[in-house]
This record gives sequence, C-alpha cells and structure tokens, in this order.
Amino acid sequence: MRMNRRSFLQLTALAGGGMALSLYRLPRAAAQGKLPELTPQAFIHIAPDGVTTIMARASESGQGMRNMLPMLIAEELDVDWKDVHVKQADLDVKIYGLQFSGGSMNTPLGWEPMRRVGAAGRQLLVIAAAQAWGVPGSECTTEHGRVLHNASGRSAGYGELASKAALLTAPALESVKLKDPRDYRIIGHSTKGVDTPGIVTGKPLFGVDMKLPGMLYASIEKAPVFAGKVKSANIEEIRKLPGVRHVLVIEGGITPAAFTPWEPGMEPGIAIVADTWWQTQQARRQLKVDWDLGPAATQSSEGFRKRAKQLLAVPPATTVRQYGDENASLKSAAKVVEAIYEYPFIAHMTMEPQGATAHWKDGKMEMWSTSTQPEGGRELVAKTLGIDKDAITTHMVRSGGSFGRRLQNDYLVEAAWIAKHVDAPVKLLWSREDDIGHDGLRPGGTMGLKGGLDAKGKLTVWRQHFVTFGDDKHLASGGGIGEDSYPAGFPPVYGLYTSAQPLMLRTGALRAPGDNAYCWVAQSFLDELAHAAGRDPLEFQLELLSNKRMSWAAGQHDAVGDHEPTGASVLIPERFKGVLELVAEKSNWAHRAKEPGRGMGIAAWFCHLGYFAEVADVSVDKENRVTVHRVWAAGDIGSQVINPRAAESMVQGGVIDGMSELSQEITLADGRIEQSNFHNHPLMRMRQTPKIEAYWNKTSYSPTGLGEPALPPVLPAVTNAIFAATGKRIRTLPLKRSGFSWA
Amino acid sequence: MRYKLSVNKVSETADVSPDTPLLWVLRDVLNRVGTKYGCGMGLCGACTVHLGGRAVRSCITPVSAVGNQPITTIEGLGAEERHPVQEAWEALDVPQCGYCQAGQIMSAAALLDRTPHPTDDEIDAAMSGNLCRCGTYTRIREAIHHAANAGQTAGAAARGE
Repeated sequence: MRMNRRSFLQLTALAGGGMALSLYRLPRAAAQGKLPELTPQAFIHIAPDGVTTIMARASESGQGMRNMLPMLIAEELDVDWKDVHVKQADLDVKIYGLQFSGGSMNTPLGWEPMRRVGAAGRQLLVIAAAQAWGVPGSECTTEHGRVLHNASGRSAGYGELASKAALLTAPALESVKLKDPRDYRIIGHSTKGVDTPGIVTGKPLFGVDMKLPGMLYASIEKAPVFAGKVKSANIEEIRKLPGVRHVLVIEGGITPAAFTPWEPGMEPGIAIVADTWWQTQQARRQLKVDWDLGPAATQSSEGFRKRAKQLLAVPPATTVRQYGDENASLKSAAKVVEAIYEYPFIAHMTMEPQGATAHWKDGKMEMWSTSTQPEGGRELVAKTLGIDKDAITTHMVRSGGSFGRRLQNDYLVEAAWIAKHVDAPVKLLWSREDDIGHDGLRPGGTMGLKGGLDAKGKLTVWRQHFVTFGDDKHLASGGGIGEDSYPAGFPPVYGLYTSAQPLMLRTGALRAPGDNAYCWVAQSFLDELAHAAGRDPLEFQLELLSNKRMSWAAGQHDAVGDHEPTGASVLIPERFKGVLELVAEKSNWAHRAKEPGRGMGIAAWFCHLGYFAEVADVSVDKENRVTVHRVWAAGDIGSQVINPRAAESMVQGGVIDGMSELSQEITLADGRIEQSNFHNHPLMRMRQTPKIEAYWNKTSYSPTGLGEPALPPVLPAVTNAIFAATGKRIRTLPLKRSGFSWA
Repeated sequence: MRYKLSVNKVSETADVSPDTPLLWVLRDVLNRVGTKYGCGMGLCGACTVHLGGRAVRSCITPVSAVGNQPITTIEGLGAEERHPVQEAWEALDVPQCGYCQAGQIMSAAALLDRTPHPTDDEIDAAMSGNLCRCGTYTRIREAIHHAANAGQTAGAAARGE
C-alpha cells in the first residue's frame, strides 16, 4: 500500500479498519509530502500585552506534545518562550491538520509544518510593522517578540502589531524562510512541561477530572469473556439501589471471529449510571448477570501454546520475505543454531484507566476525550450511534498515559452511547479491573528461528517463522510483521514467514508495537549466534550491518508494508552502527568485567524512524533474582533533540517500561483474562530502577520522534546480560517462565 | 451517613455510605480531584493523601475510619506557600503524564517530614508503593534529594557560595 500524506490523513480519520500497524510504519516520504493548508492565525493569538497563545494541536498523554509542537512555532515566530501560553486545541482537523499522537509521528510530521506556521506568523508581523512605518519589510528584523527597523531605530512589540497582522493574508507556508538552526533559541533548549505547575498542585487536568453541572457517573459491567452477551440480569433490583439513576443493557456489536478488527464494535454489557462513581461500583457488586459467553470462552493460553507448537512444526502459511536458498545454506553451514522464542500477551495499564465524558443535548454530542486518535473517535461515535459527524464536538483532554491504548476509541463510544440514553452529562470511568480485562492487548507470539554460521563464524542464513494470530487474510492488530523486520536484508540468505491461529480478543498497539517483541527475539537470537560463533556480540552485529544489503523486489510489500524500498524510513546501517558504537564507548563494552553472577548485554533497534542501542549491567543472585544496575542508552533521532530534558525523561521512561514488559503477562483460561490489577500484572518500582544514562548521536537527518524507539532494545539488553551473568538463555517471557524474577 | 471532615483545614460534610472510600468522597462529593484513582486496592499509591500527617491510600480508607483526623490532599499541601517537594518536582520537571504525581508528591512529603535527609535506600523504602507507569523514578529520586537539600542550597546561595 503506497501512502502519501493525504491518504494518511484519511486513514486516521477512518478509525474502523485494521490499520494500526500501517499508522506506525508511515514513511518519511509522507512527512515531507504536501503541507496541509494551515494558517498562522489558527495557531497563534497575540494579546496586546504581547502574551502569545500558541495552540497545541495534538493530544497530550505525557510524551510532551504540548511543549514540543508549540516550541517549533515559537522558535520561528521569534518570541521568548516565557511569553508563550500554550492552549490545547479542540478537535478540528480542517484548521489544525494532523491531530494524532501515535507512532512517534508528531515530530517528523510536525517538524516542517509547525516551524512554517511560526515563520508565516513572524512574516505577517513584519509586514504589519513595515506598512505602519512605510519601510520595506526586508529592512525589518525580529527578536524577543519585537519587530525592529534598525535603520530608523524604530521597534514595536508583537502585541502592538497583532491586530493588524491578523487581518493580512497569510503567506503560502512553502514560501516562508526558516531560521538557520544555529540561531535557535528555543529548539534544543529544555522547556518545562506546560502542565507541570498544574500537575504538582493537583489541578483538574485529566480526562477523569472532568466535572460538569448535573453530571452523572457511569460504569459498565462486561462479560468475563470477550464479547459475551447479556442473557438476563436483576436489573429492576439494581435500579432501586442508592444513587442509581439508570441501568442500561448494551447489546453490543461484536461478532467473535478468528480475526478481531482494530475497532471490533461495542462490547456488550450493563451500564450503570449513578450520582457518584462509587455508587456504580457498589451497584455492580449486587448485579447478577446470566451471560451468554459465546465462542471466545473456549480460548486459553494453553490452547494457544499447543496450537503454536503445531503450526511451527508444519510449513508456514505465508512468506513475508525470502531470498537465497535457505535449505542449502543451512545444510552447508559449519554450525546451525535453532531456537524457539515465546512472548506473552500484555496489557497497557495506563495509570488513568480508560474513560470519557459526553453530553447529548438538542441533537448534538459534546465529548471530552483523551483519545490520541480523536478524529477517528468522532467518526466511530458517529457511525456507531448513527448521528451526524458534524453534530459532534470533541474537546481534547490530557490523559494519564496512553502507550498506544488511546489510539482505540471503544471507551469514547461507550460514553457517548450512554450519554445518548441519559438526560445529563455522563462521565464513564473504567475500573482497573475493567481496564486490564478489556484492553487492546499486545498480542503474544511464538517464533521459530534457525541461523547458520560458516567456519569463520560469519552469519550465512537466517530463517524466522512467526506464529501469530488472525485468519487467512488478516493478522491481529499489533500482530503483523513487515518484510523489513531487522535483520532482513543483511544475512546473505533469508526467510521470514508467518502462520496464524484464530484470536477472538481485542488487540492493539502497545508502545513500539511489534518492535517491543520482535526486537527482543531478533537481538536475543543474534546474541545466541554470536556466542555460538565464539565472537563478541557487538562485533558480530557490526559485521552483519556491513554486509551488502539485499534490496527489495518490486511488489514485495506485504499487506502492512507501506515502506518504500528507497525511502528514508528504511534502516540506514551507518546510523544503526553509530548508536551501537556510541553505547559501546559509553558503557566501556570492550573492557567489561566478566564474572559469575554479573554480566552486560547489548542490543539495538530501529523503529519509528529512530535508532537506539542499549547496554544493561545486570547481576543475578543464587535464587535467580535479577538486579539491573545500570543502563546506557544511545539514540539517533536526527539533527535536533528538540526538548532535551523531556527527551532524556522519555528515554528513561522507555527503559523502565521495557523492563516492566519483561515481567508482565496476560493469560487466558476458559476465555477469561486471569490478571486483574497491578499485583499480577506488575510495573517496575522505585527500588528496582537502575541508573539510566541517555546519549545522543546527532546526525544530519531530519528530527524524528521519541515516544517509542528507546523502549525495544532494553528487553534483549537485559536478557542478554542475564545470559552473560549465568549462561542461561531466556527464550520465554515473562522472566518467571524462564525461572527468573526481579530482585 | 453524614461525616464531618477536615480537608485542607476546611470543614466539610459528606453524606455518603460508611464504606465509601475517602478517595471517592474527595473526588466526587467534595470536588477535590487532585487525588487520583489508579487501582482501588492500595497497590499503586496514586490516591495517597495525608491523614493525621501520615501518608495513607485513600482508595482503601473508608470514610468511616477517618474520624476527626485532618486530611491533607495535594491541593492543600502547598496551599499557603508551595511545599519544597512541589518546588523540586517543578524544578526538575518530574512528570510525564503526571497522573501518579500527586500520590508521589504526598508520599515524598510524608517521607521528608520524618526523614529530612533520606538516603537512596530510605527513598526506595518510602516510595516503592507508588507506581509510575511512565517510569519517572529517576527524576522522582533526584527531586526528593533536591527538596531535602533545598534549605541548604538556598542558604549556601545566600552566603555567596
């Protein structure tokens, strides 16, 4: 599928399809396509006193979008950041263009247009001043929110010029001149999170904090099995409970099938609407529901595991990419290494559970949404409720974390649906148990790998059979793999195949989707091969990256492959090597200590247009308890780190998030998710946090995003370090299934 | 049942059932939403408030157990003058999504009340009940040290050091 910028915008608008992976694999070519018709007037509002309000167009869930995008505008507008007031834009893609936070795409897709919006704003202010003074605009300069005419010594603040400038016709964005990066005073300088003062004083900033006059609270009891339907329930009894105003049966719109789409439809359940949220929870405890659990009740983790083993033993269903003669290469190899890697389903567990506020009044829907794909949410609400899209207003509210969860809009549809049945504003909030039990899970997977080494210990062949989920046409959301999946192209002979088994369960995009698993598998297996070859894993991988890469044949792209073979979204070996070399230097890899019970592991990855290499220093005690002492991370996200302190924080967070994933697991028995809260789907805690150092390898490439690429390498860096410390290879996650735990 | 509560030195009444967790009284009845819901089981610490000066998990504290102990929430922590912990959190720009930070700040403030200059081990012990999904632990640790040293640093600056 070839994507240009326009088709991308359409795709984000159509939240219905199974295009999650596509969203995450946008080529840079799209970023550099035709700019949307943005105007400085839409984004910049300057008060007479010079206070400059800049609209933040993307949703904020902690990745720093409310700083990063306005910083780009402010830089080119040439105002001081201290004079900038950032305001969250409502959803209006006609005015603001891309209002989507996912795939670490706001940096690459905002870098050019946001700076041009700022520069166009500056140009309008210069024209306004030049006209007032009767001098040529070319003689005017700007700094610190003022236009200057040095020849006459005149100057005027932007506040004095704003009302005149606002009436001028904005220049074409393509025509404006951008600053020389050497002159940057905001980009590359740390700014404090615009909401930080409000966060530390407890201001009502989050989706869950919404409060409207007369608002009611809602909660939904759903079946313990995906898409299970309500047969009957003691609804009349529940209606009489304290505070309960409405009890509504949601029929739902899901037909369980082998392939579960990205937005499969509303889940059935019973919505309880009460005066307070606690009353909805109390009422749920009294609720007695007879469920029709449906076909998903037959699913279990044990069943998935058995079926995966069967599928690994037979020829794969689909060839994703293949070149060279694998069988001949394996046969002639001096050494063949074989391994099966298994990783589990995991849940997002955003600190703020899913929820939304909605108000249906006079045929119009007003929504307060934490969605990171709000236009898709609006479309889905319109479609599901059968109302006109133009009758829906969406306010974008800060969320307590997304990690990909809020790309899906199921909770938003539920809030709107309930609101439409109730004569009051309604705030829906999922309990933690609802949140884990009805997540869009990161799908689990099993990979069978074979690698061949020649007599000199050089990799000659790589074969990878990925057993994932789906039907014969579609792979589960978040369970697809691209033909560029590293190390594709680098081994002289290569094969990547998939087979799929049915999955009646909502899956989705978890931070660095796909990559958070594939990196672990590929970088672990490379480490195995290096050790089998008796070579240093770093040197082994640098050699692999120096191979002449096999190019893609025309028409070789799979269903999710939107990469152009020659596009900038394709891995550039020099950048991959660059971060590996930097992390090796910083961690003193060449001179690392080798002692029993302590070891270092190295791994790298390219995803979401960014390159990261990480080294973990780990010790393992006699009870196989693992302590990560230190992690070095080296990243290449291009020529600029826009907001350095925030960037460092994003790297530290990515590392800790990746470590959490090593110990998390969602399991199913009789179709039921067995985990329910943080005690059995744990996060890393303060005492387990290593020292984390972030380093940047700045290159000449255009800046790219940081929400995701720092995460994947830490998983194999830690498990490779466990191998270095113990000689035990971890091929099954979570750690406990390989006999290890966190100290 | 009617409960008389002292929240951030303001006298409040709430007419709720005795088993209602303090968290939901604060959020839905008394309109103080700075305190956050995360797990409902005392596992994550997002709901931490001070009850009689101690850090407690308000999601598992029934309103009937409060008695006449004063309640301090994030909104009241620095009501007159911002608490050094809040200053440190802002100076180091600790939050990412920010949802857990009210609880983190309340736990940190309670720690510094008892232990004005905590070691890393003491920070680990006091703060490991507060989860941060974004993984801001490194900054939280720095900010606690920063807050602990704030008095000294200010003094040193005043002396021109």
